[in-house]
Amino acid sequence: MNEHASRPPAPGAEADQVPDLASVFRAEHGRVVASLARRLGDLDLAEDATGEALLVAAERWPGQGVPPNPGGWLTTVATNKALDRIRREKRRQDKYVEVATMIDRIPSEPPEPTGPVEDDRLRLIFTCCHPALAPENRVALTLRLLGGLTVAEIASAFLVPETTMAQRITRSKQKIRATHIPYRIPGPEDLPARLSGVLAVLYLVFNEGYLGSSGEALRTDLTAEAIRLARQLREMVAGTPALGPLPEVDGLLALMLLVESRAGARVSGGVLVPLEEQDRTTWDAEMIDEGHRLVRGCLAVNRPGAYQLQAAINAVHTDAVEASMTDWSQVVQLFDQLLATTPSPVVALNRAVAVAEVDGPEVALALVDPLPLTAYHAWHATRADLLRRLGRWDQARSAYGRAIELAGNEPERTFLTRRRDALPAPSTPGPAV
Amino acid sequence: MTQYLLSVHDPESGRPDMNESDMQPVFAAVDAFNKELQADGSWVFAGGLEEASTATVVDATGTDVLVTDGPYAETKEQLGGFWVVEAPDLDAALEMARRGSAACQSPVEVRPFQSE
Repeated sequence: MNEHASRPPAPGAEADQVPDLASVFRAEHGRVVASLARRLGDLDLAEDATGEALLVAAERWPGQGVPPNPGGWLTTVATNKALDRIRREKRRQDKYVEVATMIDRIPSEPPEPTGPVEDDRLRLIFTCCHPALAPENRVALTLRLLGGLTVAEIASAFLVPETTMAQRITRSKQKIRATHIPYRIPGPEDLPARLSGVLAVLYLVFNEGYLGSSGEALRTDLTAEAIRLARQLREMVAGTPALGPLPEVDGLLALMLLVESRAGARVSGGVLVPLEEQDRTTWDAEMIDEGHRLVRGCLAVNRPGAYQLQAAINAVHTDAVEASMTDWSQVVQLFDQLLATTPSPVVALNRAVAVAEVDGPEVALALVDPLPLTAYHAWHATRADLLRRLGRWDQARSAYGRAIELAGNEPERTFLTRRRDALPAPSTPGPAV
Repeated sequence: MTQYLLSVHDPESGRPDMNESDMQPVFAAVDAFNKELQADGSWVFAGGLEEASTATVVDATGTDVLVTDGPYAETKEQLGGFWVVEAPDLDAALEMARRGSAACQSPVEVRPFQSE
């Protein structure tokens, strides 16, 4: 499968199967696997049986149409497939008895799509994002089991050979099985730490799509997947009142929506377009509305965290009809809070960009220069821009040069190259602009 | 219930910066932790090992039996001791390892035994 396979089909594309079959599969995969995993206590069997059920659906649905409750249909078929498998494997006699009694309790009516079923997916995501698994394996497992992406799709998204990704996923499932990583929602004392691990996985998926270490500027399949999973996580948390309010979940969803709302304006003709030059009429108003609603809602809980603050910063930008109307002092204030919550040189760098708008490029440059980020292209690009605004052309030129060398993707490189080439020639004395 | 090996990894050099009286609180903490394990039924077996330089390696995989001065692997950290515990799942075993590590002041590796 090529790297475009996981993207939604282009509008008007020839559909040689029931429309949206792939997106139905993806939407229901986590629910079906999670439900089976809980009842069978076997993640591998749950995944295989779900795969078999999807094959049956792929054969039948194009002719017979998608059933009214596709998740319930798939769960029933997958359960039967799992039982068949268990019957064939006689050595698992004890499990057969257990499941055979269980099957009597499975109602012929499709299960309700809410309630304990949501719980199952929540358990599954905590299993997939368990700290005993390596971070890259958490990402792969989450996309595979919750997101329903194929191994080939995940491999191409992260630019590793399919066999490598398959091995990574197999080993992770083996570790879950052998070490008995539990299939449950962590207790209240562990929940905050474990939840932040889950959010980090979703944000990793999103950033891989948005920042594209792969060389492309945007991988909309991954950003859309991260948003979809974050939305599911939010539903699951809301459906589990015992967890209480967890505003960072809303904060992360808002952050991703607000960043994604600008995706269409971010690259034009293969060149990165900086925030202040973007055509704001092309920003996605629906995503912005949802993002703003979420930001207001979670800030009202008054338990600020890194995702909420970053979402709030983005909301200040999406609030401004024109770049010149941006409330930069509010951006600086929010960055002050963010720096207090999660002190890091990268946050300090982004804060300095906002400071430049309030106190001028000279003040900002003094903040940027001492940061230990000489290997980070954005540090050089920020310096280059500040030096350009100060009319220090030669220093700006060499900073652009370093930024171009280190930049990860082509649209950004092209943008930086154009900025550098637009600087006045070395001999021209220039006043500060 | 699954059995887990909680192994203690010490620097091979031992702890040269710690003398006998420094070690007393560590011994006391490990002793207290052992009693907790025994009290809640998690305890299977545990023990501390002599220094890695006391190890001898026997290799009978070929036709000749080779006996050599150990340890088997020359690494910076060596197995210093271990617990074998019973736990319902990995989270419970990790929690025991956290308490064990705090008591013995060394990193602890958690590994499940094969079932059956």
